[in-house]
Amino acid sequence: MSLVVIALIVWALGWSLNRWLANGPYAANRWTGLCVAAVFGATVLIMWELIVRGLGVPAVILPPPSAIAAAFASSTSILWADFVQTILKGGLSGYVIGCGAGFAVAILVDRYDFLRRGLLPVGNFMSALPIVGTAPILVMWYGFGWQSKAAVVVLMVFFPMLVNTVAGLRDTSAMQRDLMRTYGAGYWPTLIKLRLPAAMPFIFNGLKISTTLALIGAIVAEFFGSPTVGLGFRISTSVGQLALDMVWAAIVVSALAGSAFYGAVAAIERGVTFWHPSQRGQ
Amino acid sequence: MKGTLGPVLTVILAILAIWYVACVPMNVREVLSAAERDGAVVTPTDPVERRDAGAVGLVLNNTAHLGASWSLDRAKLPAPHQIAVELWNTTVVEEMTGRRGIVNSGSLSNRGLVYHAGITLWATVLGFVIGTGLGILLAVGIVHSRTMEMSVMPWAIVSQTIPIVALAPMIIVVLYSVGLQGMLPKAVISAYLSFFPVVVGMVKGLRSPDQSQLDLMHTYNASKSAVLVKLRLPASVPYLFASLKIGIAASLVGAIVGELPVQQGGLGARMLAGSYYGQTSQIWAALIAAAALAALLVWSIGALERRTLRRMGVV
Repeated sequence: MSLVVIALIVWALGWSLNRWLANGPYAANRWTGLCVAAVFGATVLIMWELIVRGLGVPAVILPPPSAIAAAFASSTSILWADFVQTILKGGLSGYVIGCGAGFAVAILVDRYDFLRRGLLPVGNFMSALPIVGTAPILVMWYGFGWQSKAAVVVLMVFFPMLVNTVAGLRDTSAMQRDLMRTYGAGYWPTLIKLRLPAAMPFIFNGLKISTTLALIGAIVAEFFGSPTVGLGFRISTSVGQLALDMVWAAIVVSALAGSAFYGAVAAIERGVTFWHPSQRGQ
Repeated sequence: MKGTLGPVLTVILAILAIWYVACVPMNVREVLSAAERDGAVVTPTDPVERRDAGAVGLVLNNTAHLGASWSLDRAKLPAPHQIAVELWNTTVVEEMTGRRGIVNSGSLSNRGLVYHAGITLWATVLGFVIGTGLGILLAVGIVHSRTMEMSVMPWAIVSQTIPIVALAPMIIVVLYSVGLQGMLPKAVISAYLSFFPVVVGMVKGLRSPDQSQLDLMHTYNASKSAVLVKLRLPASVPYLFASLKIGIAASLVGAIVGELPVQQGGLGARMLAGSYYGQTSQIWAALIAAAALAALLVWSIGALERRTLRRMGVV
Protein backbone atom coordinates (compact mmCIF):
# COMPACT_ATOMS: atom_id res chain seq x y z
CA MET A 1 0.00 0.00 0.00
CA SER A 2 2.86 2.36 0.81
CA LEU A 3 4.01 2.07 -2.82
CA VAL A 4 0.61 3.32 -3.97
CA VAL A 5 0.89 6.28 -1.62
CA ILE A 6 4.36 7.01 -3.01
CA ALA A 7 2.86 6.81 -6.50
CA LEU A 8 0.28 9.45 -5.59
CA ILE A 9 3.02 11.64 -4.13
CA VAL A 10 5.08 11.24 -7.32
CA TRP A 11 2.01 12.26 -9.30
CA ALA A 12 1.47 15.35 -7.18
CA LEU A 13 5.14 16.31 -7.47
CA GLY A 14 5.27 15.77 -11.22
CA TRP A 15 2.06 17.70 -11.75
CA SER A 16 3.14 20.68 -9.67
CA LEU A 17 6.51 20.70 -11.43
CA ASN A 18 4.70 20.77 -14.76
CA ARG A 19 2.32 23.45 -13.54
CA TRP A 20 5.27 25.57 -12.51
CA LEU A 21 7.02 24.99 -15.85
CA ALA A 22 3.91 25.55 -17.96
CA ASN A 23 2.88 28.78 -16.25
CA GLY A 24 6.38 30.07 -15.63
CA PRO A 25 8.36 32.64 -17.60
CA TYR A 26 9.93 30.06 -19.97
CA ALA A 27 6.66 28.41 -20.99
CA ALA A 28 6.95 29.54 -24.62
CA ASN A 29 10.41 27.97 -24.95
CA ARG A 30 10.50 24.86 -27.12
CA TRP A 31 12.68 22.95 -24.65
CA THR A 32 10.27 23.67 -21.82
CA GLY A 33 7.53 22.07 -23.89
CA LEU A 34 9.63 18.96 -24.39
CA CYS A 35 10.52 18.98 -20.70
CA VAL A 36 6.89 19.11 -19.60
CA ALA A 37 5.93 16.25 -21.92
CA ALA A 38 8.92 14.21 -20.70
CA VAL A 39 8.08 14.83 -17.05
CA PHE A 40 4.50 13.76 -17.69
CA GLY A 41 5.63 10.58 -19.47
CA ALA A 42 8.11 9.74 -16.72
CA THR A 43 5.48 10.36 -14.02
CA VAL A 44 3.06 7.99 -15.71
CA LEU A 45 5.75 5.31 -16.03
CA ILE A 46 6.80 5.61 -12.37
CA MET A 47 3.18 5.52 -11.20
CA TRP A 48 2.55 2.46 -13.38
CA GLU A 49 5.55 0.70 -11.84
CA LEU A 50 4.66 1.62 -8.27
CA ILE A 51 0.96 0.86 -8.51
CA VAL A 52 1.48 -2.49 -10.24
CA ARG A 53 3.99 -3.49 -7.56
CA GLY A 54 2.02 -1.96 -4.72
CA LEU A 55 -1.26 -3.65 -5.55
CA GLY A 56 0.43 -6.88 -6.65
CA VAL A 57 -1.20 -6.89 -10.10
CA PRO A 58 -0.33 -10.24 -11.71
CA ALA A 59 2.14 -10.04 -14.57
CA VAL A 60 -0.33 -11.76 -16.89
CA ILE A 61 -2.60 -8.73 -16.63
CA LEU A 62 -0.21 -5.80 -16.58
CA PRO A 63 3.55 -6.20 -16.23
CA PRO A 64 5.48 -3.29 -14.65
CA PRO A 65 7.60 -1.16 -17.01
CA SER A 66 10.80 -2.57 -15.51
CA ALA A 67 9.76 -6.09 -16.55
CA ILE A 68 8.99 -4.81 -20.05
CA ALA A 69 12.38 -3.13 -20.24
CA ALA A 70 14.03 -6.36 -19.06
CA ALA A 71 12.16 -8.39 -21.68
CA PHE A 72 13.16 -5.82 -24.29
CA ALA A 73 16.81 -5.89 -23.28
CA SER A 74 17.04 -9.69 -23.06
CA SER A 75 15.49 -10.34 -26.47
CA THR A 76 16.85 -7.58 -28.66
CA SER A 77 17.97 -10.06 -31.33
CA ILE A 78 14.47 -11.59 -31.58
CA LEU A 79 12.86 -8.16 -31.68
CA TRP A 80 15.36 -6.97 -34.28
CA ALA A 81 14.46 -9.92 -36.51
CA ASP A 82 10.77 -9.09 -35.99
CA PHE A 83 11.45 -5.46 -36.85
CA VAL A 84 13.26 -6.39 -40.06
CA GLN A 85 10.52 -8.84 -41.08
CA THR A 86 7.50 -6.63 -40.36
CA ILE A 87 8.67 -3.05 -40.74
CA LEU A 88 11.46 -3.20 -43.30
CA LYS A 89 10.34 -6.12 -45.49
CA GLY A 90 6.55 -6.00 -45.16
CA GLY A 91 5.82 -2.39 -44.26
CA LEU A 92 8.47 -0.41 -46.08
CA SER A 93 8.39 -2.28 -49.39
CA GLY A 94 4.60 -2.09 -49.46
CA TYR A 95 4.76 1.59 -48.55
CA VAL A 96 7.14 2.39 -51.39
CA ILE A 97 5.17 0.37 -53.96
CA GLY A 98 1.77 1.61 -52.76
CA CYS A 99 2.72 5.28 -52.52
CA GLY A 100 4.56 5.10 -55.84
CA ALA A 101 1.55 3.52 -57.54
CA GLY A 102 -0.84 6.00 -55.91
CA PHE A 103 1.33 8.88 -57.09
CA ALA A 104 1.64 7.56 -60.65
CA VAL A 105 -2.09 6.89 -60.96
CA ALA A 106 -2.77 10.36 -59.54
CA ILE A 107 -0.69 11.95 -62.32
CA LEU A 108 -2.67 9.92 -64.86
CA VAL A 109 -6.00 10.74 -63.22
CA ASP A 110 -5.12 14.41 -63.16
CA ARG A 111 -4.28 14.38 -66.86
CA TYR A 112 -7.60 12.90 -67.97
CA ASP A 113 -10.71 14.58 -66.64
CA PHE A 114 -12.84 11.49 -67.31
CA LEU A 115 -10.63 9.38 -65.06
CA ARG A 116 -10.67 12.05 -62.38
CA ARG A 117 -14.45 12.16 -62.28
CA GLY A 118 -14.68 8.38 -62.34
CA LEU A 119 -11.82 7.26 -60.11
CA LEU A 120 -11.87 9.97 -57.46
CA PRO A 121 -15.28 9.15 -55.93
CA VAL A 122 -14.30 5.46 -55.96
CA GLY A 123 -10.97 6.33 -54.34
CA ASN A 124 -12.63 8.48 -51.69
CA PHE A 125 -15.05 5.66 -50.93
CA MET A 126 -12.23 3.11 -50.72
CA SER A 127 -10.20 5.29 -48.32
CA ALA A 128 -12.99 4.98 -45.75
CA LEU A 129 -13.29 1.20 -46.01
CA PRO A 130 -11.64 -1.25 -43.60
CA ILE A 131 -9.17 -2.39 -46.26
CA VAL A 132 -7.24 -4.32 -43.62
CA GLY A 133 -10.02 -6.90 -44.04
CA THR A 134 -8.43 -7.95 -47.33
CA ALA A 135 -5.55 -9.38 -45.28
CA PRO A 136 -6.92 -12.96 -45.10
CA ILE A 137 -7.41 -13.01 -48.88
CA LEU A 138 -3.97 -11.64 -49.66
CA VAL A 139 -2.33 -14.01 -47.16
CA MET A 140 -4.07 -16.84 -49.00
CA TRP A 141 -2.77 -15.60 -52.36
CA TYR A 142 0.78 -14.64 -51.54
CA GLY A 143 1.57 -17.06 -48.74
CA PHE A 144 2.69 -16.44 -45.18
CA GLY A 145 5.87 -14.54 -46.08
CA TRP A 146 6.39 -10.80 -46.10
CA GLN A 147 5.08 -10.50 -49.66
CA SER A 148 1.47 -10.85 -48.52
CA LYS A 149 2.02 -8.18 -45.85
CA ALA A 150 3.49 -5.85 -48.45
CA ALA A 151 0.43 -6.48 -50.63
CA VAL A 152 -1.92 -5.50 -47.78
CA VAL A 153 0.14 -2.36 -47.19
CA VAL A 154 0.01 -1.49 -50.91
CA LEU A 155 -3.79 -1.65 -50.87
CA MET A 156 -4.01 0.36 -47.65
CA VAL A 157 -1.78 3.25 -48.67
CA PHE A 158 -2.79 3.45 -52.33
CA PHE A 159 -6.09 5.30 -51.99
CA PRO A 160 -5.11 7.94 -49.41
CA MET A 161 -2.04 8.69 -51.52
CA LEU A 162 -4.11 8.89 -54.72
CA VAL A 163 -6.74 11.19 -53.24
CA ASN A 164 -4.20 13.51 -51.61
CA THR A 165 -1.98 13.78 -54.68
CA VAL A 166 -4.92 14.53 -56.97
CA ALA A 167 -6.11 17.22 -54.55
CA GLY A 168 -2.59 18.67 -54.45
CA LEU A 169 -2.19 18.76 -58.22
CA ARG A 170 -5.29 20.94 -58.43
CA ASP A 171 -3.95 23.37 -55.86
CA THR A 172 -2.58 26.00 -58.23
CA SER A 173 -4.29 29.30 -58.91
CA ALA A 174 -5.38 30.37 -62.39
CA MET A 175 -2.89 33.24 -62.11
CA GLN A 176 0.03 30.85 -61.62
CA ARG A 177 -1.05 28.62 -64.51
CA ASP A 178 -1.49 31.67 -66.74
CA LEU A 179 2.01 32.79 -65.88
CA MET A 180 3.33 29.39 -67.00
CA ARG A 181 1.38 29.79 -70.24
CA THR A 182 2.89 33.18 -70.91
CA TYR A 183 6.27 31.46 -70.61
CA GLY A 184 5.10 29.07 -73.32
CA ALA A 185 5.38 26.10 -70.96
CA GLY A 186 3.64 22.91 -72.06
CA TYR A 187 2.09 20.20 -69.90
CA TRP A 188 5.31 18.62 -68.62
CA PRO A 189 7.23 21.80 -67.69
CA THR A 190 4.08 23.11 -65.96
CA LEU A 191 3.73 19.83 -64.11
CA ILE A 192 7.33 19.62 -62.98
CA LYS A 193 8.05 23.28 -62.29
CA LEU A 194 4.72 24.49 -60.93
CA ARG A 195 2.14 21.88 -60.08
CA LEU A 196 4.23 19.17 -58.45
CA PRO A 197 6.03 21.60 -56.14
CA ALA A 198 2.68 23.19 -55.29
CA ALA A 199 1.26 19.73 -54.59
CA MET A 200 4.07 18.79 -52.18
CA PRO A 201 2.22 19.71 -48.94
CA PHE A 202 -0.68 17.47 -49.99
CA ILE A 203 1.62 14.69 -51.15
CA PHE A 204 3.43 14.73 -47.82
CA ASN A 205 0.11 14.72 -46.01
CA GLY A 206 -0.70 11.52 -47.89
CA LEU A 207 2.75 10.11 -47.15
CA LYS A 208 2.38 10.87 -43.44
CA ILE A 209 -1.08 9.29 -43.18
CA SER A 210 0.31 6.29 -45.03
CA THR A 211 3.15 5.68 -42.55
CA THR A 212 0.71 4.73 -39.80
CA LEU A 213 -1.50 2.77 -42.19
CA ALA A 214 1.51 0.84 -43.47
CA LEU A 215 2.45 -0.33 -39.98
CA ILE A 216 -1.14 -1.22 -39.11
CA GLY A 217 -1.47 -3.23 -42.33
CA ALA A 218 1.83 -5.05 -41.85
CA ILE A 219 1.08 -5.97 -38.23
CA VAL A 220 -2.58 -6.93 -38.60
CA ALA A 221 -1.87 -9.03 -41.72
CA GLU A 222 0.43 -11.16 -39.56
CA PHE A 223 -2.51 -12.04 -37.32
CA PHE A 224 -3.89 -13.99 -40.32
CA GLY A 225 -0.78 -16.10 -40.80
CA SER A 226 2.94 -15.46 -40.82
CA PRO A 227 6.28 -17.22 -40.58
CA THR A 228 7.54 -17.59 -37.01
CA VAL A 229 8.97 -14.09 -37.02
CA GLY A 230 7.42 -10.64 -37.15
CA LEU A 231 5.91 -8.14 -34.75
CA GLY A 232 2.31 -9.24 -35.34
CA PHE A 233 3.33 -12.89 -34.90
CA ARG A 234 5.25 -12.01 -31.72
CA ILE A 235 2.27 -10.15 -30.30
CA SER A 236 -0.31 -12.82 -31.09
CA THR A 237 1.79 -15.80 -29.94
CA SER A 238 3.08 -14.06 -26.79
CA VAL A 239 -0.49 -13.16 -25.89
CA GLY A 240 -1.32 -16.84 -26.29
CA GLN A 241 1.54 -17.75 -23.91
CA LEU A 242 0.47 -14.96 -21.51
CA ALA A 243 4.00 -13.53 -21.81
CA LEU A 244 2.72 -9.99 -21.62
CA ASP A 245 6.14 -8.45 -20.99
CA MET A 246 7.14 -9.71 -24.44
CA VAL A 247 3.89 -8.36 -25.96
CA TRP A 248 4.62 -4.95 -24.50
CA ALA A 249 8.20 -5.12 -25.75
CA ALA A 250 6.90 -5.82 -29.28
CA ILE A 251 4.45 -2.94 -28.91
CA VAL A 252 7.31 -0.66 -27.83
CA VAL A 253 9.22 -1.68 -30.95
CA SER A 254 6.25 -0.92 -33.20
CA ALA A 255 5.62 2.39 -31.43
CA LEU A 256 9.26 3.42 -31.82
CA ALA A 257 9.26 2.30 -35.45
CA GLY A 258 6.03 4.18 -36.12
CA SER A 259 7.27 7.40 -34.56
CA ALA A 260 10.65 7.16 -36.28
CA PHE A 261 9.03 6.45 -39.64
CA TYR A 262 6.63 9.38 -39.25
CA GLY A 263 9.42 11.61 -37.98
CA ALA A 264 11.60 10.76 -40.97
CA VAL A 265 8.84 11.63 -43.44
CA ALA A 266 8.08 14.84 -41.53
CA ALA A 267 11.77 15.78 -41.60
CA ILE A 268 11.92 15.30 -45.37
CA GLU A 269 8.74 17.36 -45.63
CA ARG A 270 10.36 20.25 -43.75
CA GLY A 271 13.22 20.17 -46.22
CA VAL A 272 11.03 20.00 -49.32
CA THR A 273 8.17 22.34 -48.39
CA PHE A 274 10.17 24.92 -46.45
CA TRP A 275 8.28 27.65 -48.34
CA HIS A 276 4.82 26.59 -47.12
CA PRO A 277 3.15 28.74 -44.42
CA SER A 278 2.66 25.74 -42.13
CA GLN A 279 6.44 25.17 -42.02
CA ARG A 280 7.50 28.76 -41.39
CA GLY A 281 8.64 29.92 -38.01
CA GLN A 282 9.49 26.49 -36.68
CA MET B 1 -20.23 17.21 -58.76
CA LYS B 2 -21.70 17.41 -62.23
CA GLY B 3 -21.50 14.45 -64.55
CA THR B 4 -19.79 11.97 -62.28
CA LEU B 5 -22.30 9.16 -62.67
CA GLY B 6 -21.15 8.08 -66.15
CA PRO B 7 -17.42 8.02 -65.35
CA VAL B 8 -17.97 6.31 -61.98
CA LEU B 9 -20.08 3.61 -63.63
CA THR B 10 -17.42 3.16 -66.31
CA VAL B 11 -14.72 2.75 -63.67
CA ILE B 12 -16.80 0.26 -61.69
CA LEU B 13 -17.59 -1.73 -64.85
CA ALA B 14 -13.89 -1.71 -65.76
CA ILE B 15 -13.02 -3.03 -62.30
CA LEU B 16 -15.60 -5.80 -62.66
CA ALA B 17 -14.30 -6.68 -66.13
CA ILE B 18 -10.71 -6.86 -64.85
CA TRP B 19 -11.96 -9.00 -61.97
CA TYR B 20 -13.62 -11.52 -64.29
CA VAL B 21 -10.52 -11.70 -66.49
CA ALA B 22 -8.27 -12.09 -63.44
CA CYS B 23 -10.34 -15.06 -62.28
CA VAL B 24 -8.97 -17.14 -65.16
CA PRO B 25 -5.23 -17.10 -64.34
CA MET B 26 -5.89 -16.97 -60.59
CA ASN B 27 -8.00 -20.13 -60.62
CA VAL B 28 -6.33 -21.94 -63.51
CA ARG B 29 -4.59 -24.62 -61.41
CA GLU B 30 -7.71 -25.74 -59.59
CA VAL B 31 -9.74 -25.60 -62.81
CA LEU B 32 -7.24 -27.78 -64.66
CA SER B 33 -7.03 -30.30 -61.82
CA ALA B 34 -10.81 -30.59 -61.84
CA ALA B 35 -10.85 -30.93 -65.62
CA GLU B 36 -8.22 -33.67 -65.43
CA ARG B 37 -10.29 -35.57 -62.87
CA ASP B 38 -13.17 -35.45 -65.33
CA GLY B 39 -10.98 -37.07 -67.99
CA ALA B 40 -9.86 -34.09 -70.06
CA VAL B 41 -6.29 -33.98 -71.35
CA VAL B 42 -4.53 -30.86 -70.05
CA THR B 43 -1.22 -29.84 -71.49
CA PRO B 44 1.43 -30.39 -68.98
CA THR B 45 -0.12 -33.72 -68.00
CA ASP B 46 2.20 -34.08 -65.03
CA PRO B 47 0.76 -32.29 -61.95
CA VAL B 48 4.24 -31.48 -60.64
CA GLU B 49 5.18 -29.85 -63.92
CA ARG B 50 1.90 -27.94 -63.78
CA ARG B 51 2.64 -26.71 -60.28
CA ASP B 52 5.87 -25.12 -61.46
CA ALA B 53 4.44 -23.65 -64.68
CA GLY B 54 3.36 -20.03 -64.91
CA ALA B 55 -0.35 -19.26 -64.62
CA VAL B 56 -0.54 -17.32 -67.91
CA GLY B 57 1.21 -20.13 -69.78
CA LEU B 58 -1.26 -22.65 -68.39
CA VAL B 59 -4.15 -20.47 -69.52
CA LEU B 60 -2.77 -20.15 -73.07
CA ASN B 61 -2.07 -23.90 -73.38
CA ASN B 62 -5.48 -25.02 -72.13
CA THR B 63 -7.98 -22.56 -73.52
CA ALA B 64 -10.50 -25.36 -74.03
CA HIS B 65 -10.78 -26.35 -70.37
CA LEU B 66 -11.29 -23.02 -68.68
CA GLY B 67 -15.08 -23.04 -68.49
CA ALA B 68 -15.12 -23.66 -64.74
CA SER B 69 -13.04 -20.56 -63.90
CA TRP B 70 -16.06 -18.65 -62.71
CA SER B 71 -17.91 -21.43 -60.92
CA LEU B 72 -15.31 -23.13 -58.70
CA ASP B 73 -16.50 -24.02 -55.23
CA ARG B 74 -13.48 -22.76 -53.30
CA ALA B 75 -11.96 -20.50 -55.93
CA LYS B 76 -8.76 -18.66 -55.15
CA LEU B 77 -10.52 -15.61 -56.57
CA PRO B 78 -14.29 -16.05 -56.67
CA ALA B 79 -16.10 -14.22 -59.46
CA PRO B 80 -18.25 -11.23 -58.46
CA HIS B 81 -21.50 -13.09 -59.12
CA GLN B 82 -20.37 -15.95 -56.84
CA ILE B 83 -19.84 -13.43 -54.04
CA ALA B 84 -23.24 -11.90 -54.76
CA VAL B 85 -24.80 -15.37 -54.50
CA GLU B 86 -22.95 -16.01 -51.22
CA LEU B 87 -24.16 -12.65 -49.88
CA TRP B 88 -27.73 -13.46 -50.91
CA ASN B 89 -27.56 -16.97 -49.42
CA THR B 90 -26.10 -15.88 -46.08
CA THR B 91 -28.52 -13.01 -45.65
CA VAL B 92 -31.95 -13.39 -47.25
CA VAL B 93 -32.04 -17.14 -47.93
CA GLU B 94 -30.55 -18.05 -44.53
CA GLU B 95 -33.00 -15.88 -42.62
CA MET B 96 -36.05 -16.88 -44.68
CA THR B 97 -35.60 -20.63 -45.06
CA GLY B 98 -32.75 -21.67 -42.72
CA ARG B 99 -33.59 -23.72 -39.63
CA ARG B 100 -32.00 -21.04 -37.45
CA GLY B 101 -33.25 -18.14 -39.56
CA ILE B 102 -35.51 -15.41 -38.24
CA VAL B 103 -38.60 -16.88 -39.90
CA ASN B 104 -38.25 -20.34 -38.35
CA SER B 105 -36.65 -19.53 -34.99
CA GLY B 106 -37.62 -15.94 -34.29
CA SER B 107 -34.03 -14.73 -33.92
CA LEU B 108 -31.30 -13.92 -36.44
CA SER B 109 -29.37 -16.97 -37.60
CA ASN B 110 -25.86 -17.24 -36.20
CA ARG B 111 -24.81 -18.62 -39.58
CA GLY B 112 -26.10 -15.55 -41.35
CA LEU B 113 -24.18 -12.42 -42.14
CA VAL B 114 -26.75 -10.06 -40.63
CA TYR B 115 -26.16 -11.47 -37.15
CA HIS B 116 -22.38 -11.09 -37.40
CA ALA B 117 -22.60 -7.63 -38.95
CA GLY B 118 -24.88 -6.65 -36.04
CA ILE B 119 -22.34 -7.83 -33.46
CA THR B 120 -19.60 -5.81 -35.13
CA LEU B 121 -21.86 -2.79 -35.55
CA TRP B 122 -22.84 -2.62 -31.88
CA ALA B 123 -19.28 -3.05 -30.65
CA THR B 124 -18.20 -0.30 -33.05
CA VAL B 125 -20.94 2.11 -32.04
CA LEU B 126 -20.53 1.50 -28.30
CA GLY B 127 -16.76 1.98 -28.52
CA PHE B 128 -17.15 5.01 -30.73
CA VAL B 129 -19.55 6.68 -28.28
CA ILE B 130 -17.24 5.99 -25.32
CA GLY B 131 -14.13 7.10 -27.19
CA THR B 132 -15.76 10.26 -28.52
CA GLY B 133 -17.15 11.21 -25.10
CA LEU B 134 -13.81 10.76 -23.37
CA GLY B 135 -12.04 12.53 -26.22
CA ILE B 136 -14.29 15.59 -25.94
CA LEU B 137 -13.81 15.67 -22.17
CA LEU B 138 -10.04 15.52 -22.47
CA ALA B 139 -10.07 18.22 -25.18
CA VAL B 140 -12.10 20.52 -22.91
CA GLY B 141 -9.57 19.89 -20.14
CA ILE B 142 -6.67 20.59 -22.47
CA VAL B 143 -8.13 23.88 -23.65
CA HIS B 144 -8.67 25.05 -20.07
CA SER B 145 -5.44 23.94 -18.48
CA ARG B 146 -2.11 24.94 -19.94
CA THR B 147 -0.36 22.36 -17.77
CA MET B 148 -2.58 19.63 -19.14
CA GLU B 149 -2.06 20.81 -22.69
CA MET B 150 1.71 20.82 -22.46
CA SER B 151 1.74 17.45 -20.68
CA VAL B 152 -0.78 15.47 -22.71
CA MET B 153 -0.97 17.00 -26.18
CA PRO B 154 2.48 15.88 -27.43
CA TRP B 155 1.65 12.31 -26.38
CA ALA B 156 -1.76 12.46 -28.05
CA ILE B 157 -0.08 13.54 -31.29
CA VAL B 158 2.70 10.94 -31.04
CA SER B 159 0.13 8.22 -30.35
CA GLN B 160 -1.40 8.87 -33.77
CA THR B 161 1.82 7.80 -35.44
CA ILE B 162 1.94 4.39 -33.74
CA PRO B 163 -0.08 1.35 -34.78
CA ILE B 164 -2.36 1.25 -31.74
CA VAL B 165 -4.28 -1.63 -33.22
CA ALA B 166 -1.32 -3.85 -32.26
CA LEU B 167 -2.64 -3.63 -28.69
CA ALA B 168 -5.92 -5.30 -29.67
CA PRO B 169 -5.12 -8.98 -28.98
CA MET B 170 -3.63 -8.10 -25.61
CA ILE B 171 -6.59 -5.97 -24.53
CA ILE B 172 -8.98 -8.80 -25.45
CA VAL B 173 -7.04 -11.46 -23.56
CA VAL B 174 -6.34 -9.29 -20.50
CA LEU B 175 -9.95 -8.17 -20.18
CA TYR B 176 -11.04 -11.77 -20.70
CA SER B 177 -8.80 -12.91 -17.83
CA VAL B 178 -10.36 -10.38 -15.46
CA GLY B 179 -13.80 -11.68 -16.41
CA LEU B 180 -14.87 -9.18 -19.04
CA GLN B 181 -15.92 -10.69 -22.35
CA GLY B 182 -18.36 -10.26 -25.15
CA MET B 183 -18.90 -6.81 -26.55
CA LEU B 184 -17.05 -4.68 -24.03
CA PRO B 185 -13.41 -5.62 -24.82
CA LYS B 186 -14.00 -4.93 -28.50
CA ALA B 187 -15.68 -1.65 -27.60
CA VAL B 188 -12.61 -0.74 -25.52
CA ILE B 189 -10.39 -1.18 -28.59
CA SER B 190 -12.81 0.81 -30.75
CA ALA B 191 -12.94 3.53 -28.12
CA TYR B 192 -9.17 3.66 -27.94
CA LEU B 193 -8.83 4.02 -31.70
CA SER B 194 -11.44 6.76 -32.03
CA PHE B 195 -10.21 8.61 -28.93
CA PHE B 196 -7.09 10.33 -30.26
CA PRO B 197 -8.46 11.68 -33.56
CA VAL B 198 -11.32 13.23 -31.58
CA VAL B 199 -8.96 14.79 -29.01
CA VAL B 200 -6.74 16.33 -31.67
CA GLY B 201 -9.67 17.60 -33.76
CA MET B 202 -11.62 18.92 -30.79
CA VAL B 203 -8.65 20.85 -29.37
CA LYS B 204 -8.29 22.52 -32.75
CA GLY B 205 -12.03 23.22 -32.83
CA LEU B 206 -12.28 24.58 -29.29
CA ARG B 207 -9.39 26.89 -30.13
CA SER B 208 -10.97 28.08 -33.39
CA PRO B 209 -12.83 31.17 -31.99
CA ASP B 210 -10.59 34.14 -32.64
CA GLN B 211 -9.49 36.73 -30.15
CA SER B 212 -12.21 39.27 -31.01
CA GLN B 213 -14.92 36.70 -30.29
CA LEU B 214 -13.31 35.79 -26.98
CA ASP B 215 -13.00 39.48 -26.16
CA LEU B 216 -16.68 39.97 -26.89
CA MET B 217 -17.54 37.22 -24.41
CA HIS B 218 -15.21 38.94 -21.97
CA THR B 219 -17.08 42.23 -22.31
CA TYR B 220 -20.28 40.33 -21.47
CA ASN B 221 -18.51 39.22 -18.29
CA ALA B 222 -19.10 35.60 -19.36
CA SER B 223 -17.81 32.88 -17.08
CA LYS B 224 -15.43 30.21 -18.38
CA SER B 225 -18.24 27.68 -18.61
CA ALA B 226 -20.44 30.15 -20.52
CA VAL B 227 -17.60 30.76 -22.98
CA LEU B 228 -17.28 27.01 -23.36
CA VAL B 229 -20.97 26.32 -23.90
CA LYS B 230 -21.92 29.38 -25.93
CA LEU B 231 -18.81 30.01 -27.99
CA ARG B 232 -16.21 27.27 -27.97
CA LEU B 233 -18.45 24.20 -28.31
CA PRO B 234 -20.59 25.60 -31.16
CA ALA B 235 -17.45 26.76 -32.95
CA SER B 236 -15.91 23.31 -32.64
CA VAL B 237 -18.78 21.41 -34.28
CA PRO B 238 -17.37 21.39 -37.86
CA TYR B 239 -14.02 20.16 -36.52
CA LEU B 240 -15.78 17.56 -34.39
CA PHE B 241 -17.58 16.07 -37.38
CA ALA B 242 -14.39 15.90 -39.42
CA SER B 243 -12.77 13.89 -36.61
CA LEU B 244 -15.87 11.77 -36.08
CA LYS B 245 -15.64 10.52 -39.66
CA ILE B 246 -12.04 9.45 -39.11
CA GLY B 247 -12.93 8.06 -35.69
CA ILE B 248 -15.82 5.88 -36.82
CA ALA B 249 -13.75 4.28 -39.59
CA ALA B 250 -10.97 3.59 -37.06
CA SER B 251 -13.53 2.19 -34.60
CA LEU B 252 -14.79 -0.28 -37.18
CA VAL B 253 -11.26 -1.49 -37.91
CA GLY B 254 -10.72 -1.83 -34.16
CA ALA B 255 -13.87 -3.90 -33.68
CA ILE B 256 -12.98 -6.20 -36.60
CA VAL B 257 -9.42 -6.72 -35.38
CA GLY B 258 -10.74 -7.22 -31.85
CA GLU B 259 -12.84 -10.12 -33.08
CA LEU B 260 -9.85 -12.05 -34.37
CA PRO B 261 -8.45 -13.54 -31.12
CA VAL B 262 -11.79 -14.61 -29.65
CA GLN B 263 -14.06 -16.47 -32.03
CA GLN B 264 -17.39 -15.26 -30.69
CA GLY B 265 -19.05 -13.94 -33.78
CA GLY B 266 -18.66 -10.77 -35.75
CA LEU B 267 -17.28 -9.97 -39.19
CA GLY B 268 -13.65 -10.36 -38.06
CA ALA B 269 -14.42 -13.85 -36.78
CA ARG B 270 -16.13 -14.66 -40.09
CA MET B 271 -13.05 -13.56 -42.03
CA LEU B 272 -10.68 -15.59 -39.88
CA ALA B 273 -12.93 -18.68 -40.02
CA GLY B 274 -13.15 -18.27 -43.80
CA SER B 275 -9.37 -18.09 -44.08
CA TYR B 276 -8.91 -21.19 -41.87
CA TYR B 277 -11.29 -23.30 -43.93
CA GLY B 278 -10.45 -21.87 -47.35
CA GLN B 279 -13.97 -20.49 -47.80
CA THR B 280 -12.92 -17.57 -49.95
CA SER B 281 -16.40 -16.46 -50.88
CA GLN B 282 -17.21 -16.27 -47.14
CA ILE B 283 -14.23 -13.93 -46.62
CA TRP B 284 -15.29 -11.78 -49.56
CA ALA B 285 -18.88 -11.66 -48.34
CA ALA B 286 -17.71 -10.59 -44.87
CA LEU B 287 -15.43 -8.02 -46.47
CA ILE B 288 -18.29 -6.57 -48.49
CA ALA B 289 -20.49 -6.53 -45.39
CA ALA B 290 -17.72 -4.63 -43.56
CA ALA B 291 -17.45 -2.20 -46.47
CA ALA B 292 -21.20 -1.66 -46.44
CA LEU B 293 -21.09 -1.10 -42.69
CA ALA B 294 -18.28 1.44 -43.06
CA ALA B 295 -20.13 3.24 -45.82
CA LEU B 296 -23.31 3.28 -43.76
CA LEU B 297 -21.56 4.63 -40.65
CA VAL B 298 -19.61 7.33 -42.49
CA TRP B 299 -22.71 8.28 -44.44
CA SER B 300 -24.82 8.61 -41.27
CA ILE B 301 -22.18 10.83 -39.68
CA GLY B 302 -22.15 12.87 -42.87
CA ALA B 303 -25.95 13.18 -42.86
CA LEU B 304 -25.90 14.20 -39.21
CA GLU B 305 -23.20 16.74 -40.01
CA ARG B 306 -25.19 18.29 -42.85
CA ARG B 307 -28.36 18.53 -40.74
CA THR B 308 -26.56 19.93 -37.71
CA LEU B 309 -24.57 22.49 -39.64
CA ARG B 310 -27.66 23.60 -41.56
CA ARG B 311 -29.62 24.09 -38.35
CA MET B 312 -26.72 25.99 -36.85
CA GLY B 313 -26.65 28.16 -39.95
CA VAL B 314 -23.01 27.38 -40.70
CA VAL B 315 -23.65 26.31 -44.28
